[in-house]
Amino acid sequence: MDLSTSLISPQFTRRSLLGSAGLLAGAGLMMPAWARGSSLTHARNGFGELSGEVIDLSIAEHHFITGGRSGHAIAVNGTVPGPLIRLREGQNVRLNVTNTLAEDSSIHWHGLLLPFQFDGVPGVSFPGIKPGETFTYEFPIRQNGTYWWHSHSGLQEQAGHYGPIVIESAEPDPRYDRDYVVLLSEFSPLHPHEIARKLKVGEHYFNRQMLTATEGEMSGEERRMWAEMRMNPRDIADVTGATYTYLINGHGPADALEYLFTPGERIRLRIINGSAMSFFNVRIPGVPMTVIAADGQEVTEVEVDEFQIGTAETYDVIVTPGAGSHALVAEAMDRSGMGVASLTSHPGHRATPPPLRETPTLTMADMGMGHSMAGGPEEGGTMDHGAMNHDGVDHAAMGHDMGGTGADAGAGGAMDHSMRDLSKLPPDVKTGPGIDMVSPMPVDRMDFPGLGLDNVGHRVLRYTDLAAKTANPHRMPERQMEIHLTGNMERYMWSFDGKKFSAVTDDPIRFAFDERVRVKLVNDTMMAHPIHLHGHFFELVNGAGMMNQPLKHTVIVQPGSTATFDLTANEPGDWAFHCHLLYHMHAGMMQTVTVRPFPDRETGA
Amino acid sequence: MIRRAASLALGLALCGQPLAAQDHSDHSGHETPPAQAEPTDHSQHQAPPTTAPADPAPAQPAMDHSAHAMEPAPSAPPPPAAFEGPRHAADAIFGERAMAEARAQNHATHGEMKTGMVLIERLEARVAEGHDAYLWDLQGWYGGDIDRLVVKSEGEGAFGGPLGDAEVQALWSHAIGPYFDLQGGLRLDIEPELRSHLVLGVQGLAPYMWHVDGAVFVSDRGDFTARIEGEHDWKLTQRLILQPRAEFELAAQDIPERGIGAGLTKLEAGLRLRYEIRRELAPYVGVGYEAKLGQTADLARAAGEDPDGLALLIGLRAWF
Repeated sequence: MDLSTSLISPQFTRRSLLGSAGLLAGAGLMMPAWARGSSLTHARNGFGELSGEVIDLSIAEHHFITGGRSGHAIAVNGTVPGPLIRLREGQNVRLNVTNTLAEDSSIHWHGLLLPFQFDGVPGVSFPGIKPGETFTYEFPIRQNGTYWWHSHSGLQEQAGHYGPIVIESAEPDPRYDRDYVVLLSEFSPLHPHEIARKLKVGEHYFNRQMLTATEGEMSGEERRMWAEMRMNPRDIADVTGATYTYLINGHGPADALEYLFTPGERIRLRIINGSAMSFFNVRIPGVPMTVIAADGQEVTEVEVDEFQIGTAETYDVIVTPGAGSHALVAEAMDRSGMGVASLTSHPGHRATPPPLRETPTLTMADMGMGHSMAGGPEEGGTMDHGAMNHDGVDHAAMGHDMGGTGADAGAGGAMDHSMRDLSKLPPDVKTGPGIDMVSPMPVDRMDFPGLGLDNVGHRVLRYTDLAAKTANPHRMPERQMEIHLTGNMERYMWSFDGKKFSAVTDDPIRFAFDERVRVKLVNDTMMAHPIHLHGHFFELVNGAGMMNQPLKHTVIVQPGSTATFDLTANEPGDWAFHCHLLYHMHAGMMQTVTVRPFPDRETGA
Repeated sequence: MIRRAASLALGLALCGQPLAAQDHSDHSGHETPPAQAEPTDHSQHQAPPTTAPADPAPAQPAMDHSAHAMEPAPSAPPPPAAFEGPRHAADAIFGERAMAEARAQNHATHGEMKTGMVLIERLEARVAEGHDAYLWDLQGWYGGDIDRLVVKSEGEGAFGGPLGDAEVQALWSHAIGPYFDLQGGLRLDIEPELRSHLVLGVQGLAPYMWHVDGAVFVSDRGDFTARIEGEHDWKLTQRLILQPRAEFELAAQDIPERGIGAGLTKLEAGLRLRYEIRRELAPYVGVGYEAKLGQTADLARAAGEDPDGLALLIGLRAWF
């Protein structure tokens, strides 16, 4: 491996864009237009590439501009996003990270299997990197695939402190001719602390898509029901296009990012949701996408026209577009804006993106009322949910819910309007002002394609479509546990089991080394939460055969629903476990997972 | 694709003896006895959910016979091995002090954020026949999720005339439920005369999205009064908001020097239409009806005053 390419200058940047060297024939002609901007004080939009066994990264304050918006940014090696780190399975890497900020910083390697002390979470895995200090991360690369890195300190990630990771597999992959990173994120001219304050002081500050007297189709009766429950059926994204410009590789829609190709080529797109707060609906109208990996782990190939990607998830797809310019669209889930790039065989030809679709509205299913509690034929389609009910997976989940809860008389029957029946919570959940809702009848919704995508009329990826390409070891869970995702939208409080991270610092979620546990996440809120476990891959219990449950590092738990994963806890140490919506984590929706025993000073690294 | 072999090898290398979890016979020298490291609150965390179904998982496809044969896993607490070792893993590598500092910093950035705001709910001119007046109604708070310091002030006066009423409240506010805060503290009237009160009230969001604020007051003279107000924001468009608002005042006894008779003393009802230029800045117009009630109205009439009246309102709602 080349040890010298630790810092890439702008002239190198263009070459680095070409993706996997050796896979591209005559690639010198095709270069996307990143690395725009020139002023030294401004972070460049887009990123260079670093590889080798020694990589130096420097975190610094910068200024960032995209479209008409500009503001403060934190850039790594002078770019937003920071550099693409391209590694090879089986190599060792040493990453020297220098913090030039006036505050502590850190880098977490999202999705990488590594010794816990190099995981990069201040207060959990290490002390953080003090101003002026350099911290050296050093670990072997034990996997391949698409990952990313980001700050785990305060709200720095929102300001630009993130970047992609690509790990080439040990064996060459002949399935594609061209390899591109599609890193989705967002930029706000507001300082992240100001966003946090505005969320806290309330009034749905960033939501400009509320139901109003003149907007949104919902019967008066149903509007009154939502109002009675003090809930907002358009509570889809906390922070929206009202302040965000959605970025693809650091380029806003106005920056006209191009991905070039030669007709006939098979292109691998490594799509990373590196945003702080956004779910995206990703599609290339007219170009089907074959999903080959989820969260860096290979899955059985499945062809779709669109997929929703939760914050911190990654999907790898292969596309074979025809000649011309195609819009690569990452539409925010609440439809308040989109990231746009052109996938084009004609340099300079911009594809016309489709218009934003109508804002979706939450339904009874999102309140945890199960599928059978259809409230009415409103938009968003409770009818559609009802139809999905007949899929094997949900049916089974429903059956279990109804069979196993003798105490829940009326389940599946009469409308249970109590949206905060605390008796439905396990005793270890702390009740109080931090919980504004308890899902009355939460069901597994792994077959749900994502809010607003259940009636789009084309193929949309669902978790139930994912199956691990290579068989996992066959092991049944030895025990099971339940974790409740809890919150209070009015107060902007978020937690696990009603307890903020600050309250459970010394009381982690415990696993014994190599223990296999089935973990059920119950979402007692009306928001979808992308839940991320550091240092491990868990297997989604999605109806795939036990040995082919897909491996993920992040799972979306749909509003008012459950999601279950099987975890073999085989990475010793303390690991962060949190909602990857940055301001939810900041409000306390985080825990430590500990896998014991782990190395002590005498035996350890 | 993960290299399972590598993973296990690394685990072994780092862990010393991770398999000691299964085999306590050797290498037990450095292990804490599980019972000692297992306080009740820990086991509590993974206590079996009482109402949870036995097996939450979607069923396996019918082909998978092994899955059907399996008993569902029990909802058991973690095994003793999960409690071994020091309290925090990283302490063993980076030292307890450095990690303790980092954990303390984490509190502020993972749930203990303090913040605040000042809301000028109403800053308005009231145009009525014969007597134009002004009014302010604002509150500010600072604190965390549960406990906050709240300051409220309201007052009114006639343009060109003296200040009619002016008061300030300083309250400690404590969340008592998902939507309501209990508030207690002091109220100081500056006009019409200097007077202090003890305050106990609740403020929050009632069903159907009504913001309500109610309090009882005991003055330094022992007079009991109460006040309750509610308002609802009805969005006509994303920026145009119609706000009905009502406020009642009550007194438990006559307070002659303020022209107040026992019972319901005053009603204020208003309808305000505001336009949010930004969320923080919304001018409005509206109509307001104010009426003295019951004995208080009689006292007003006896003094030759009009007990009620309509006013045209022009004002500003703002916060920062």
